[in-house]
Amino acid sequence: MRFGHKTGSVTEELALVSPSKLAIDKVSKSFRSRAGTVLALDRVSLNVAEAEFVCIVGASGCGKSTLLNIIAGLEKPDSGTVLADGKPVTAPGRERLVMFQEPALFPWLDVLGNVLFPLKLKPNLTKKDRRDVAKYYLELVELTRFERANIHELSGGMKQRVALARALAPNPRVLLMDEPFAALDALTREQLYGDLQRIWKSRRKTIVFVTHNVREAVCLGDRVLLFSPHPGRVQEEFVIELPRPRDLNSVELATYASRITHALKSGAQSETATAK
Amino acid sequence: MKRFLLAFLFFAVLIALWEWAFRAKIWSPVLLPAPQQVAEYLKTSATDGTLFQATVITMRRLLIGYVIGLIGGLPLGLLTARWELFQDTIGTLALGLQTLPSVCWVPLALLWFGQTEAAMLFVVVMGTLWSVVIATDTGVRHVPPIYRRAALTMGSKRLHIWLKVILPAALPFIVSGMKQGWAFAWRSLMAAEIFVTILTGFGLGQLLHYGRELSAMDQVIGIMLVIVVIGLLADKILFSPVERFLHRRWGTNP
Repeated sequence: MRFGHKTGSVTEELALVSPSKLAIDKVSKSFRSRAGTVLALDRVSLNVAEAEFVCIVGASGCGKSTLLNIIAGLEKPDSGTVLADGKPVTAPGRERLVMFQEPALFPWLDVLGNVLFPLKLKPNLTKKDRRDVAKYYLELVELTRFERANIHELSGGMKQRVALARALAPNPRVLLMDEPFAALDALTREQLYGDLQRIWKSRRKTIVFVTHNVREAVCLGDRVLLFSPHPGRVQEEFVIELPRPRDLNSVELATYASRITHALKSGAQSETATAK
Repeated sequence: MKRFLLAFLFFAVLIALWEWAFRAKIWSPVLLPAPQQVAEYLKTSATDGTLFQATVITMRRLLIGYVIGLIGGLPLGLLTARWELFQDTIGTLALGLQTLPSVCWVPLALLWFGQTEAAMLFVVVMGTLWSVVIATDTGVRHVPPIYRRAALTMGSKRLHIWLKVILPAALPFIVSGMKQGWAFAWRSLMAAEIFVTILTGFGLGQLLHYGRELSAMDQVIGIMLVIVVIGLLADKILFSPVERFLHRRWGTNP
């Protein structure tokens, strides 16, 4: 092990924190637009257990990103509550880190500087501790060789791995992922599914993962929630009982995915029917 | 090396053409002195200290005024980008005054401050300030909102976000504004020095002015060369390293 002789606070910093339990209770949110008021979320309730990996699937505009932003504390619900370990979420905080579809890495910092950014906001760490922690996570995402690279020199997949390291660095209890792999090519994505599952297992985080890719959701999630749009609601829930690590190309996974896709389509059809 | 040689050759040909024009007597020697005469002027004024003294005086005015302009302009630009109240007031004022050629401040500065250093400083500050305000404002408005959101989730708060996220993210714009401010300040200071004799010190502009009064063309051309060289050096020493850093980090074209 590379960090065989850690100083006290680095050991503490890298120790596993207990993952959070999330309780989302009757959360509603509407937006005003030129077309009138749009109800993005309609009394959405869901519970996420400690260290559970929950995927939320739905068509674009079904409010799934809004829900994620509310859990993150970036947006406030019109009504309803979000509890993390029993405490209400009112503002963003490093207990719950977000990974966006764009890596949102800071171009004025190099790779290591980006991973150090959240660590510099944590008190009670020495400069050396912070570097050690940052390097630990860069090793975890297999980017040690690139710690001095500039952001624009990285490929899309590498950027998202840096973003993952940056999100993991302050040791959050929850990871909120908003279609983080949507802009990547299929091969890179598949590799990242493997990385994410490996890291989720070793670092034990509660993960809420939003995507419109059904197979991605089945590959990653313990549970897949199907969201229906206008207004955003949990339409159906699927528990994925497949052993890990999962192979994206296995028949069992494809079976689950086709069931969910079918449900997704029928939901969309019934919606157009009611619209007419 | 090849590039250096080519550049060297280019300037050698330029001076040779000048020399040729002088010998062909196309213009009166009073109007076009030989390169050698200019070189001699530069040599004597350098050895007797006038050139050095004038350069120091000019550069001191420029640097002090420029720094004041920066210190005032950066926060003002942040304010106008952040609050509508400042955008509608100071922002509009900055936009208007930036269109005013900074040499237009000279008459006002003279009447307000008289023939003093303060008049010179005022002109330089006015040349710098508005460009920096507008560049900072534009830079901040161009920062992708996702940076702010990402920083918020990592526990960054108000002042920290401004200093560690918004400001560095706006840096490419701010630096180009600083460069423009420098150029405006330099031009307006030269104009002011040519117009106004300030008893507290003779700057390069004043040397240029007296060259004209005395019909000393070697002095006029010599000082012009010095001004050009200072401008080049400022670009190479002050701005090039920063711009190279920005290009390398952001991956924009060098």
